[in-house]
Amino acid sequence: MSIVEEPVTETRRWVGQSVARKEDPKLLTGRAGYIGDVVLPGMLHGAVLRSPHAHARIVSIDTSEAEALPGVVVVLTGAAAAELVDPMPAFCAEPVEQRAIAVDRVRYPGEAVAAVAATDRYTAEDACAKIRVEYELLPALVDPVAAMEPSATRVHETLDSNVVFHRSLDWGDVDGDLARAHTVVRSSARWHRMGAHPIETAGAVASWDPYGQSMTVYSNSNFINFLPWAFAGILRVSTNRLRMIPCTVGGSFGSKHLITKVVSITGALSKACGRPVQYLEDRTDNVAANDNVGCDRIYDAELALAEDGEMLGLVLRIIDDYGAYFQFAHGQHGNAVAQPVGPYRIGSLRYDVSCVLTNKVQQGFFRGAGADPGNFILERLVDKAALEMGIDRVELRRRNFIRPEQFPYKIPTGNVYDSGDYEAVLDRALEIAGLDRWREEQERLRAEGRYLGIGLASCQERSGYNASEWWFLYGDEAPLPATSTPESCKIDVDAMGGVRATIGCPLWGNSPETVVGQVVAEEFGIDPSSVSVAYADSTSGAISAGPGGSRVTIMLSGATRGAARTVKDKMIRVAASAMEMDPEDVECVEGVFRAKGAPGTSMTMAEVAMRAHLFNDGTSEAESSGLVAVHTYDHPYFTPPTADRSDLGAFYPMVSHACHIPIVEVDPETGQVTLRAYYVVNDCGTVMNPALVEGQVIGGIVQGIGAALMEEYRYGASDGELETPTFREYLLPSMHEVPEIVLEHLETPSPFTEYGVKGAGEGGRLVAPTAIASAVDDALRPLGVWVDELPMTPERVVGMVADAQGRR
Amino acid sequence: MPDKVRIRITVNGTRHDLLTEPRTLLADLLRGDLALPGTHLGCEQGVCGACTVLVDDVATRSCLVFAAQLDGSSVRTVESLAGADGTLHPIQQAFTQEHGLQCGFCTPGMLMGACELLERVPEPDREDVEEALGGNLCRCTGYQNIVRSVCAAGRLMADEKTEQSGVRA
Repeated sequence: MSIVEEPVTETRRWVGQSVARKEDPKLLTGRAGYIGDVVLPGMLHGAVLRSPHAHARIVSIDTSEAEALPGVVVVLTGAAAAELVDPMPAFCAEPVEQRAIAVDRVRYPGEAVAAVAATDRYTAEDACAKIRVEYELLPALVDPVAAMEPSATRVHETLDSNVVFHRSLDWGDVDGDLARAHTVVRSSARWHRMGAHPIETAGAVASWDPYGQSMTVYSNSNFINFLPWAFAGILRVSTNRLRMIPCTVGGSFGSKHLITKVVSITGALSKACGRPVQYLEDRTDNVAANDNVGCDRIYDAELALAEDGEMLGLVLRIIDDYGAYFQFAHGQHGNAVAQPVGPYRIGSLRYDVSCVLTNKVQQGFFRGAGADPGNFILERLVDKAALEMGIDRVELRRRNFIRPEQFPYKIPTGNVYDSGDYEAVLDRALEIAGLDRWREEQERLRAEGRYLGIGLASCQERSGYNASEWWFLYGDEAPLPATSTPESCKIDVDAMGGVRATIGCPLWGNSPETVVGQVVAEEFGIDPSSVSVAYADSTSGAISAGPGGSRVTIMLSGATRGAARTVKDKMIRVAASAMEMDPEDVECVEGVFRAKGAPGTSMTMAEVAMRAHLFNDGTSEAESSGLVAVHTYDHPYFTPPTADRSDLGAFYPMVSHACHIPIVEVDPETGQVTLRAYYVVNDCGTVMNPALVEGQVIGGIVQGIGAALMEEYRYGASDGELETPTFREYLLPSMHEVPEIVLEHLETPSPFTEYGVKGAGEGGRLVAPTAIASAVDDALRPLGVWVDELPMTPERVVGMVADAQGRR
Repeated sequence: MPDKVRIRITVNGTRHDLLTEPRTLLADLLRGDLALPGTHLGCEQGVCGACTVLVDDVATRSCLVFAAQLDGSSVRTVESLAGADGTLHPIQQAFTQEHGLQCGFCTPGMLMGACELLERVPEPDREDVEEALGGNLCRCTGYQNIVRSVCAAGRLMADEKTEQSGVRA
């Protein structure tokens, strides 16, 4: 690692400004080029037949009627597809094979059974309706606790148990802390599965060239420049004969990192007919079968505290319902142990996790990626401790916050927090919320029999993930070395002085072009609107893990700044040679290369660029013509995990922080929770672009409102059928559920990153659910309600009130 | 397959005389036959509103209407808003000024819904916007900036009008 040394007082012209978003014009005019907009000559359209059943044996499939339909070019069963493509890549060694189209047995409702390519989508869907599948139903595993029983039906016959992974790790003296504690607070909590549900579903266009044995794939996947070799493996194509082309992505929130099943199905169809094929999930495909489902956890948790409220130790026992497959392994728990102790000085931790397979679609990634329920349970425990010990909840937090002078701070698992000032964030949040006024309003309404509640949560947003988290919990032997998880940027300055940046990550709904423009502008002193930004395909050699784990602004800043400085330094040498000066005496100011302190002698960008391109005079023997640099920025600070996992190393060390204060009103008769106001103070280090960060935080909070109040996958208790296959049943927040959100920033720059930026992409959703739970508790305190399950739907709130009142 | 039907339809000011299958949805006609990809399909079930276009000036889910129903109608899509020289429509300008979009997938539906609202209510307030666009889903922005954008668009359009009448005077 390197500590970036720069004076905090450095004057910046573009970094930190609400620079206009470069991405907007194409997005606003319908010209952005999403996967659904890709049209190739001779392209066919795919559709997928999916299982209505949670668990069944496929007795037979008859595709003859479908194949006879005019316009149908190919029909693939799972067995036929298995001749063309290989199973999904797995992120750990547990032997759970998953094929994009099921062979012999379906293990969740919505699992693909057959796929069709036809001249148009309507015909492809007609053909799906004509495929006859005979199923023999098997018992559906819906309840993860029941699925853990040794006698339970197994989701995979090749496994001894549905518990596909179990690990219990202690860091610090957990038993000692439990023994010497004055109070041990205990909480059982339930965090149900929710889905990312971007408005654009996943899709791909695959074009197989049987002569060159090569494949071109357009898609809205993120990992085209990170794991293209994994896609090549599925598609049975040489890694150097696969070209993956990015498209503008209509939202992801983690769900489109891989989309391997979509790419596999599309690739198999193209291979089967030798023509380009487009397959776009419809909404039910996406809800039922995309890997966009987040955590599904049952917690049994304990927080040990000393008499004065000092937090000593934390015990988290977790059963996590992973669904039918385990492709992404326990990455969600690797992620959670980046910040299990939150912003507090908790000295010991027991993390005991069981990953259980059931007949549901497998977990993938969704904004928060495992840390979301972690924040929920921890803040629930802290609120409960405050209540049980009679200490004010604000005071209890204050007493336990890591202090500003303690950074960088190593938490028990080994992860490091870079910087922060949590008490300042809390104080400012209390101030802008006007807490006294709301307490008065609460009193006034209670007198009228109405229930107003004030929530509070102080949480972390670990950012800049390191891919090591996906596998470092697995196995007893030494784990793989820590991962560099890089991001690349190429900058070239053409002969006329035009600056172009080419980046490896796709546009996922965030603002990579704007950020890159700001950084280039900062380094050269030019206007960001003059910088053009392009997206690299997988043949470029760029390495890019892309957006995810609140990393992309951190990583793109580093990659872009590095490339810009390399090019600028060469331009300084070229200019110095032309002006017959020492490079040490030349500087670049506002796009002009000039003698330091003697601005009379100067060259424009264009003059220097032309010289470098066409009239290179051998400034240095090692330098050839042109102005191009690729900078690959590795994760700025990571250390390796130890073999015994007593120290997982620093892997997620840029840690943002926020305090949320939501105000709710709850109607205990109807169970309706209404947000009246919402206050946030956020610290994500140096704010790269205030308008864009605000957009990320507020968008995340509204997803958090969904998590708190509405969003939930529901499966039939006996048959396991999916009861929420469309947006009519799976409810997303609309304008009507959202209050005015008041947001402020404090900035404690990261010492590890360029410009001091930290992540901001997930924080809203990482904090809002637990903050709103706290508000509902506060509202219903007179009725004795304690919220330990999300989402707080009207039915659930009515039930909680009934339970608390002993009426149920 | 039933015979194709003939429809005469005006889209963004251009008249078309087409043969289409009776079951072709307006959204698919626009995106496919007419090569106008700005109208996006988010759910194809009429819930999300991403595919909203104006049919005879009324905001309409293009995933719930058959093209064959629209013989003689006039349709406006997001492609009708900006000038050929790249000048954004005031509604689009307002969305970029107020950061009312992130991934852009729901945006064409929001813009066309806003268009209808602003033609009815020139300077809408928050309640007006919620009433008009409350059925359009956005998963990125959290809506706050969309509401601001539409209100700001009303002001921008009012200012433009004042300027124009000022010029005429």
